[in-house]
Amino acid sequence: MAGTGRAPAGKLTGPKLRVNWIACDGRGLCAELLPELVGRDEWGYPIIADAPVPPHLSEYAQRAVTICPKLALRLVPPG
Amino acid sequence: MNALYDTTVNGTLTPPGAELPRLLRAPAAGPGGLDVHVDAYGPLPSGRDVIALVDAAGLTGRGGAGFPTARKLATVAAAGRRTVVVGNGGEGEPAAGKDLLLLHTVPHLVLDGLSLAAEAVRASDTYLYVERGSPALPGLEAAVRERRRAGMDRRRVEIVHAPPRFLAGEESALVNRVSGGAALPRATPPRVFERGVRGRPTLVQNVETLAQIALIARYGPAWFRALGTATEPGTMLFSVSGAVAAPRVIEAEIGVSLPALLGAAGGQIARLQAVLYGGYHGGWLPAADALAIPLANTALRPRGVSLGAGVVVALPADACGLAETARVARYLADESAKQCGPCLNGLPRIADALAVLARPHPDRRTRAWIERWSSLVAGRGACHHPDGTVRFVRSALRVFAHEADLHEGGRCSATTRRAVLPVPAPGVPAPRDWR
Repeated sequence: MAGTGRAPAGKLTGPKLRVNWIACDGRGLCAELLPELVGRDEWGYPIIADAPVPPHLSEYAQRAVTICPKLALRLVPPG
Repeated sequence: MNALYDTTVNGTLTPPGAELPRLLRAPAAGPGGLDVHVDAYGPLPSGRDVIALVDAAGLTGRGGAGFPTARKLATVAAAGRRTVVVGNGGEGEPAAGKDLLLLHTVPHLVLDGLSLAAEAVRASDTYLYVERGSPALPGLEAAVRERRRAGMDRRRVEIVHAPPRFLAGEESALVNRVSGGAALPRATPPRVFERGVRGRPTLVQNVETLAQIALIARYGPAWFRALGTATEPGTMLFSVSGAVAAPRVIEAEIGVSLPALLGAAGGQIARLQAVLYGGYHGGWLPAADALAIPLANTALRPRGVSLGAGVVVALPADACGLAETARVARYLADESAKQCGPCLNGLPRIADALAVLARPHPDRRTRAWIERWSSLVAGRGACHHPDGTVRFVRSALRVFAHEADLHEGGRCSATTRRAVLPVPAPGVPAPRDWR
């Protein structure tokens, strides 16, 4: 995705996805909705890169947060 | 009553000199302990800017994380509204004994520190968190009563019982327990200094940190800095065990050499192969390195370990480091709060694989599996239990790599199966409700 967004490559400063590990029970809706950013471990729990959500995926990231049945996913502002 | 207070603002009590011990200088438990204590250490100072003194002293938390104490005090003091202070004596670490020793022998020093910290953050509630059934409890309860009768503390100190679990002293678990719930870690944020006990800004300080505050408030930062290193001033309590003649808690200055520390514990009784620093969330160092490196975080951290809460276990050459690590990894997996999926699933797999690696002819992929599961649990929990466990396990894979090679070839360098690292006896089940 380098060069496609408005922010210069490697300088993304958008919000990050963060999991509440106590709430999460590994249903995997976030991974289905946002496979670009969310993988799953062998037990089904999300693996999320510790990197800002790129602008072109922010809408999907927001939907993943909303759709999580355990309310275990949040978008946290940078910094 | 006034004799128990030192009301001078600028005066400093005559310091007892730079010699050791400091914290453990005057055991003052039992009836009449308060008089013994005041005679030995001097009256409880009042009217001092404790936060400034602690800042100048450079005191860091003695509970394991080593965070600058003054910053923590200032953060909670700035939060203002109806703050809470908790003295953390919930020492769940099986190889540690220093919090119990402090509470048992110098309860008034800990209670002085609690009182001073409460004053500094203008707390409305003060608690002391101590393991249920602790042998220190009767003496502590008596000490609290004695101080109340003497008009010593402005705030009532309530003792809250911790369950005998490894994670009971974890800050957020402590906050849940003191709030009346189970001692289970919770998700952060909020941090406890933002929203802690019953939603109020909460200062949690290890009981050794509190005792150090009590000394700093009396004798001043310069006295405190006379021992220790420039970047890590003061003394620390080390729980020394393993291949030493007299396993015990030793107060030594930070930066002490390992041979000196082992000497204070009766001396080595065997050739060493490795030393565990920082307890079961800590890490192993090969003996040759450990014997040459001073016990200071500035020296240890580049080697991947830290002092933590001062646990030092000397592993003799005739023991199997992998078997020791496997036994502790199983204990740590059992002690997971089992709230977070990666920890709940990953730690038992790591423990199983280590048990395989501890036996002859493990599958040659075992180490790779341990590393894969380790990377899957690290950083993926509400608390640091998975991270700490992985730190411990990875250090074992590094330090005992040659031993693992031997095991793959069907051999083991150990000549004894006698356990070195303590884990709680299996006959005593941990409380399931975490209370």
